[in-house]
Amino acid sequence: MNEILDKIIEILSDLHEDVDFTTCDTLIDDKILDSFDIITVITEINSEFDVAIPADRIVPENFNSAQALAALVEELEEI
Amino acid sequence: MQTNILEYLEQTVPRVPDKVAFADDNSQLTFAAVSRNARAIGTALRQDGLYGEPVVVFMEKSPEAINAFFGVVYAGCYYVPLDVEMPAFRIEMILEQLKPRAVICDGKTEAALPQFGYTGRAYRFDRMIQTEIDDAALAAVRAKQLDIDPIYIVFTSGSTGVPKGILACHRSVIDYIENLSEVLGFSEETVFGNQTPLYFDACLKELYPTLKFGATTWLIPKACFSFPTKLVEYLNARRINTICWVVSALTMISATGTFKTVRPETLHTVAFGSEVFPVKQFRLWKEVLPHASFTNLYGPTEATGMSCYYHVTREFSDTDAIPIGRPFRNTGILLLDEQNREAAYGEPGEICIRGTCLTMGYFGQPDKTAEVFTQNPLQTRFPELIYRTGDIAHYNEDGDLVFVSRKDYQIKHMGHRIELGEIEINCGLFEGVEAVGCIYDKTKGKIVLFYTGGAEKSELAAYLKQRLPRYMQPNKIFRLEQMPHTPNGKLDRKALTALYEAD
Repeated sequence: MNEILDKIIEILSDLHEDVDFTTCDTLIDDKILDSFDIITVITEINSEFDVAIPADRIVPENFNSAQALAALVEELEEI
Repeated sequence: MQTNILEYLEQTVPRVPDKVAFADDNSQLTFAAVSRNARAIGTALRQDGLYGEPVVVFMEKSPEAINAFFGVVYAGCYYVPLDVEMPAFRIEMILEQLKPRAVICDGKTEAALPQFGYTGRAYRFDRMIQTEIDDAALAAVRAKQLDIDPIYIVFTSGSTGVPKGILACHRSVIDYIENLSEVLGFSEETVFGNQTPLYFDACLKELYPTLKFGATTWLIPKACFSFPTKLVEYLNARRINTICWVVSALTMISATGTFKTVRPETLHTVAFGSEVFPVKQFRLWKEVLPHASFTNLYGPTEATGMSCYYHVTREFSDTDAIPIGRPFRNTGILLLDEQNREAAYGEPGEICIRGTCLTMGYFGQPDKTAEVFTQNPLQTRFPELIYRTGDIAHYNEDGDLVFVSRKDYQIKHMGHRIELGEIEINCGLFEGVEAVGCIYDKTKGKIVLFYTGGAEKSELAAYLKQRLPRYMQPNKIFRLEQMPHTPNGKLDRKALTALYEAD
């Protein structure tokens, strides 16, 4: 889990060098991530973990924090 | 002959006064309301003596902001849309260039105005529309107006670090709307789903055909474009049948497998442009909407909206590029080679445009205007302007234009036109930054910035957020010990690309 989280924080930090992704849990609500970022995150997660996030899981709740994303990846990896 | 864009509105209002013209999740404006509000705003501006000058519309994206545009035109002025999400520095720079005497704002944006150093008059939309309409005053304005008078300024990225304001007149917009409507088959039944911001000319596609036909435009919330399932559900719920979007908005839906969950039910007309539509993604769309029409559009803001179109009716292989096609009626395209001769058939040349579509040039920048709006070199006997796009294209065997590349460092990123030079200049202004180089990774769609000096990456990123719009922010930042240069001292972008690829 920690490895996944670390990697996700790395992906996010590449997008916004100035945001602390270890604590922020309002990435969507506060408009920190925009549609370009979301697409990048989906693509990077796909190539990094070999996990395709299905469209019905691309919802604000899953993108509001690095933790939520990590949990989603973990869940998808188990399938 | 029509000479004013407001005639579209005036002819439609008596026919469908109570139909919704512009709507979003917060409000809906009927044609009658749009007409009444616009004339009230026009009256208010005239009463304060405004005429033939820029009026800034600084409002949240909304039906009301669109309504304010038409009000400005009623006063014989030209509107300049500014967006609340633009960084403060950019807004200041634009206000400095325009020195407007009037800004129309809403309850939310009013408070932000003083921070930009703006000292002119601030009007509130909700108060302006209470003004008693003075039809005689508006008729007097109309009697003076010509179709070569400007109606808007939109700003585009400038390589010198200063955005350029492109000014367009009634005649160019009418020419564009008439021909675009014919090509895409708009009608009173059209329900547009708008994606593009109001501060680009891209929104002309929805705004004026809505007035012309008595159609309806929905402004789709920006947040929908991050969540594909929600976006398609939104289209279905509002029975949207026509979309003119940037390619990245379309691929976001198809690439995430959205169609397995939800399909567009009412969509029949899809236009896209500003970027290359990957054929693989295009096929997914075609599969889910086999009866819809798909049209690729191409055109620079300097030639008012779009200039060329291509109806995608045949099959393409994955590696093919969808052509940009042929010019609209009453628009001429020349492909000029480096010697200013017409490129031989099939050979690459710079796309140069002639016609009524040519805008009036860059506001307050005659030198910049003269660089790209030039005499047609093929016409030596009388004055005729062409606009040199800087885009290189060639004709294929079907006689369709195919985009090849750019002549300079202008890029298309997420449908936005960006000068890499503007990013470099802004970055170079940050304390602790010595040298800067910017490249664009086309395949991944990433702006990559390199710099040297003591500045911290995170601080530099935060600084750029204050100066540049979101779409111009570098997606990747590297700090280097030394900036690579070519033997003759120029920035070596090839070496930067190699560094980036090695990473």
